[in-house]
Formats: sequence, C-alpha cells, structure tokens
Amino acid sequence: MDFKGLVIILMGSVLVNNYVLSRFLGICPFLGVSKKLNQAVGMGVSVIFVMLMATAVTWPIQTFILEKFGLEYTQTIVFILVIAALVQFVEIVLKKFIPALHKSLGVYLPLITTNCAVLGVTINNITDGYNFVESMVSSLGCGLGFMLAMVIFSGVRSRIDESNIPNSFRGLPVTLIAASFVSLAFFGFAGIIENLFA
Amino acid sequence: MLSAILTALLVVAAIGILLAVVLVLASHFLKVEEDETVLKVRECLPGANCGACGYAGCDSYAEAVASGKAEPNLCIPGGADVAAQLGEVLGVEVSATEEKVAFVFCNGDCKAVDYLDVVYDGIEGCKASKLVYGGPSACKFGCIGCGDCASVCPVNAICVHDSLAHINPDLCIACGKCAKICPNKVIDIIPKKSKVVVMCNNPEKGAVARKHCKNVCFGCKKCERNCPTNAIKVENNLARIDYTKCSGCRECFDSCVTKCIKAVDFYEGTIG
Repeated sequence: MDFKGLVIILMGSVLVNNYVLSRFLGICPFLGVSKKLNQAVGMGVSVIFVMLMATAVTWPIQTFILEKFGLEYTQTIVFILVIAALVQFVEIVLKKFIPALHKSLGVYLPLITTNCAVLGVTINNITDGYNFVESMVSSLGCGLGFMLAMVIFSGVRSRIDESNIPNSFRGLPVTLIAASFVSLAFFGFAGIIENLFA
Repeated sequence: MLSAILTALLVVAAIGILLAVVLVLASHFLKVEEDETVLKVRECLPGANCGACGYAGCDSYAEAVASGKAEPNLCIPGGADVAAQLGEVLGVEVSATEEKVAFVFCNGDCKAVDYLDVVYDGIEGCKASKLVYGGPSACKFGCIGCGDCASVCPVNAICVHDSLAHINPDLCIACGKCAKICPNKVIDIIPKKSKVVVMCNNPEKGAVARKHCKNVCFGCKKCERNCPTNAIKVENNLARIDYTKCSGCRECFDSCVTKCIKAVDFYEGTIG
C-alpha cells in the first residue's frame, strides 16, 4: 500500500466516515463531555490514545489467534474483553509511571472502556480488510475525527447556552437537534476525498 | 461439532484468564501508595467543590492542606467545625474561620429605580442585557435584576424579587461565585457579624444619582463624620465601610440622611 492510500484512509476516516457524525457511534461521550472545550479536547486525546492501543492489540489477536482457530464469530466478545482489560491496564501503568498524564486523562479512561466507537473501529478495520499499518492509520483518523467532532460541537454548545431557547427544547432536545445539523454538514464531505487525491 | 465448541470455549477462556492474571499482577506490583492524610482531610471537607478556599475543588484543597501548603481554616462553607476537624487530623491548633456572607450592595428595586424608555427583549441574563445601553435601568451601577447570580448560586440562596437580587444569609456559604459573575460588581463578600451596610453602588454625583434612583447614597459624608472608629470613608460620592474597623455601633445608620445605610443582622436575618 502506497503513501497516497494511507492518506486517503486517514482523511476518509476523519471527514467522510466520521465515527460520531456519519456512523453515529460514540454518541454518549459526544453529548456528555462536549460541554466545555478543554474537556472535549481531553476526551478526544484519550479516545485517540485508546483507539490506537486497542487496534495495536486486537489486530494481531484477530489475525494470529481467532482466524487460525476459525473463531471469527467470537470477535465481538473477545474484542470487548481485550479492550476493557487493556484500558484498565493502561490506567494502572499511567498512574504508576506518568501521574501527570493520568491526572489529565484519568477521568475519561473508564468512560472509554466500553465505548462502542472504540469497538467499532477495531471491528471495522477487520471487515475492511486493512493490514496492520492501514489499521493503525485508520484508527488514528477515527480518533482525530472523534476529537474534531467533539471540539466543533463544544463550540456549538457554548453558543446554545447563550441563546434564548423555548422551554420545551431546553437541555437535551436542542442539543440533539444541533448535533443533527452538525452531522448534516459532514455529509458534504462524502465523495470529496477520493477525487481530491485522484 | 463438539470440538468446535470446545476450541471456542478454551480460546476465549484462555484469553480471559491471561488478561485477568496480567491485571492482577499489574495491580499488585504497580500499586500506588495514596497518602492517607489526604484521604482523611478530604473526608472532613464538605465536598461542594465551590472553590471558596482558592483551590480548584475539595480534592486539590485536601492535597494542599495535607502537604502543608495551605492553612486548614480556609474552607468557608465548612466553617469552624471543619477547621477544628482538620486540626484534629493534622494534629495542629487551628484558629476558627471568620464566617462570611455575600451581600447585594444595592437597594434599587423596580419601585425605586428609574427605567429607560425602551423594552429589552434579547437574551436573558444580566451580562447580555448590560451590553445594550448598560442595562434597562437608568442607574448603570446597581443590580440589573436578571438573576445571573441566582443561576450560579450552588445552594439556591439567591432569589430575584422586584428586579433586585436578595441573598438568604442562612443558606449562603460565601463561595463568591455570585460576586464573580455580577457584571456590575454589586455583590461583595462581607463578615457575617457586620451590623451595617451601605446599600448603594452608584459613584455618580448625588444630584445625578438621585435622578436615577430614590435609594442612593449622596456622598454627604455625615456618616464619615459621625463614625467613632473612622471605619467609613466616602470615595467617589459613595460611602464604604471598612469592616475591620467597624465596631457595630450603628451611629452611621442613625445619621444617614437618605437611609441608604441599613442596619442588618445576618444571624437574625433582618434588614431595616
């Protein structure tokens, strides 16, 4: 796979197949932690980190263990198990060796443990037939896309907070409506990436 | 058929057991000793995370106290009780905190203050309405009355009545959030034992200020002359009380021409 292909995978997973706004995975942290910009960035960085770690672990497990024994159908349960244990392990290691990083990411790590976006990335990498390098690039792109969506939406939400909203729409309803608009905006990217690098 | 089930079972179980062993070993060998004093200190604190102590929250204040970087009597919501408990945990003598309370230094309710001949129909809140001609009332220094303070108050101690914010001293924990958000800086934190307050925030000359609001301070300096402890100073046409000097004799209250100095008792909850 050449460099151009990797760039297409990266940009495609950031913009076109954005996990939050196009595939609607990871909506819970997207709505929950996007109230403030610094929290959104912290969550985004943690997700990128966990997605990369998870892919680095699950791809070899799929290729060297599950496919060897013909156990592809246990993919979901094995991946959940591995990702959850991995996040716990990373948390313990960070707490011991890099307390500063643990302090800034620590709040978000348990939230990501069972996040469907992380599971989705690892499973989609397998279904799309990517090799190891492509999988890593794709998860980096998905993580960046997640962070991009969080950061954009935290800006949208700070505007919502200042505006005068009808009583029945206050809180979650108007947030969901705003999320759908942001999602619609991202559909504009569909079809652009392939032609951009053609 | 049976062998397929068995392989699946064995492989998944093996992965699970392997991960469990790794996690158990990790939690055993990479354990981080948490400072016990921090935990004990944290248990004594109220946990409101109000930030009145000057730290980001109860956790960071507990760390600072345990490491000796902060005095144990800074927790204002907890007051003397928490300070005493912290002293016990740390084994040091602690002087009690002075109880404090937030107060709105304005008496310009909708009956007293004059309004501009416009109707504000924009975004709700003091901050937003102040952007348009400095707020709907003629006095640009008093309480706007849109309740930004009430919405940030963590203990619901503030209610807006007749376009004027009122703070319930029984509920107030003096965290200072209202004082911080008020765009006119009309709220201040004062000692709870205070006996008198100047209920005006308008630095304009007496005659001008009087046109805007009935309940203003003229800056006539009668209180300044009558104060036996020199605790009152008139600056910018506005009397201000230095509570470190005030003896609570209420001479100023008796002598105030416009009755903008009020006698208060925050423990009884009376203003008059």
